[in-house]
Amino acid sequence: MSQIETFRYDDEIVRKFLLATIVWGVVGLLLGVIIATQLVFWETNFGPWFSFGRLRPLHTNAVIFAFVGNGMFAGIYHSMQRLCKARMFSDALSNINFWGWQLIIVAAAVTLPLGITVSKEYAELEWPIDIAITLVWVVFAINFFGTLLVRRERHIYVAIWFYMATVITVALLHIVNSLELPVTFLKSYSIYAGVQDALVQWWYGHNAVAFFLTTPILGLMYYYMPKVANRPVYSYRLSVIHFWALIFLYIWAGPHHLLYTALPDWAQTLGMVFSLMLIAPSWGGMINGLMTLRGAWEKLRTDPVLKFLVVAISFYGMSTFEGPMLSIKSVNALSHYTDWTIGHVHSGALGWNGFMNFALIYFLVPRLWKTELYSVRLATIHFWIGTIGIIFYIISMWVAGITQGLMWRAFD
Amino acid sequence: MSMVFVLLPLSIILGGGALVLFLWALRNGQFDDLETPAHRILFEDEQVTEQHHLLGAKHVTD
Repeated sequence: MSQIETFRYDDEIVRKFLLATIVWGVVGLLLGVIIATQLVFWETNFGPWFSFGRLRPLHTNAVIFAFVGNGMFAGIYHSMQRLCKARMFSDALSNINFWGWQLIIVAAAVTLPLGITVSKEYAELEWPIDIAITLVWVVFAINFFGTLLVRRERHIYVAIWFYMATVITVALLHIVNSLELPVTFLKSYSIYAGVQDALVQWWYGHNAVAFFLTTPILGLMYYYMPKVANRPVYSYRLSVIHFWALIFLYIWAGPHHLLYTALPDWAQTLGMVFSLMLIAPSWGGMINGLMTLRGAWEKLRTDPVLKFLVVAISFYGMSTFEGPMLSIKSVNALSHYTDWTIGHVHSGALGWNGFMNFALIYFLVPRLWKTELYSVRLATIHFWIGTIGIIFYIISMWVAGITQGLMWRAFD
Repeated sequence: MSMVFVLLPLSIILGGGALVLFLWALRNGQFDDLETPAHRILFEDEQVTEQHHLLGAKHVTD
């Protein structure tokens, strides 16, 4: 009898990342509720440590890097092995990736309330933590490309391309933006100043949205949406076009955060034009994701995972339409510095990333623990409360933002 | 605006790198078949228990 090769997937690492996702999800979302409360009731700001100014960056770091970050790692570690038909390159590297990442999150949770920060948005952490992030990311990159090299499947599925863009670009963005001069162990200053700093910061900031919150999650969409619907993606050709168009355009969009600032006008216009062009691949991707359900829409009635996926992809479409609109100079003249921006961020980070995470959790937990969902009814209730909550949130922020903009305009 | 002269080349190098990767993938035949890869991911891997190893297992989960 001929010998057939046997190999094992490492699902233990996926279980770890999933648990971390759930735990940090609770922390990150709760922090959002706390700082929202602090805005209304000033009495809930306690001492300098638990005031809005210090908890706000903790909230953003927790939801982006801890909640979405761990969910992204869980999804990548699970799908990558199956797409490559290979176990992760090294179990040791997988575990260094996991524990290193959790330590970084804990370090953020301790230093930010203490006021230890470099004050760069979404890159607040001080230099020793920045170095730790770089090292853990390099470990992840070696593990990722190692797996890719030993894959048993010749074709590189489109999801892997999305992951690849994330691994490479996040490393570059993080290193360039975090270049700082240490003064003491816990204090450093950015090597850039003034508008130079602003340009680097938003080159990083916007591409963090692009390559940390968008491309890896799109990779997950292209793997899990067909899996859950049990249908091939609507158009594989379109998914390939989606990927290449997206990565060639995204890197230039950063300056739209700096409209009407000291940044030269041509750079502002460049950012605006590229942001507008992004509508095309983004909506191509959204349509591709949703149309994967062709002929299977009736599954939406019963499957909570599909419900979360469809709403997540719809919010992807919503926020990738709203984003370019907000990048138009004349719209931005009204919206800049208002609550509209915060509403926009939440339709992306909560509606799109958050709901993708929930779908991933509800899909993977029963499979990886070989059990059944405790209650489909509870998951459905979760879905409806979440969906209605986000819609209320976004609408109230539109109203608040436009009112603020109009009032400032009237005052001028 | 001296940082522009760092970020512009950096972004162009990144874009150029992506272009090189794209051309490699194209010549490697990665995009020759844009139909079956979408279907292939739907097939579940054969899962087997320890005893079945000798009979020719494909993969086992931990």
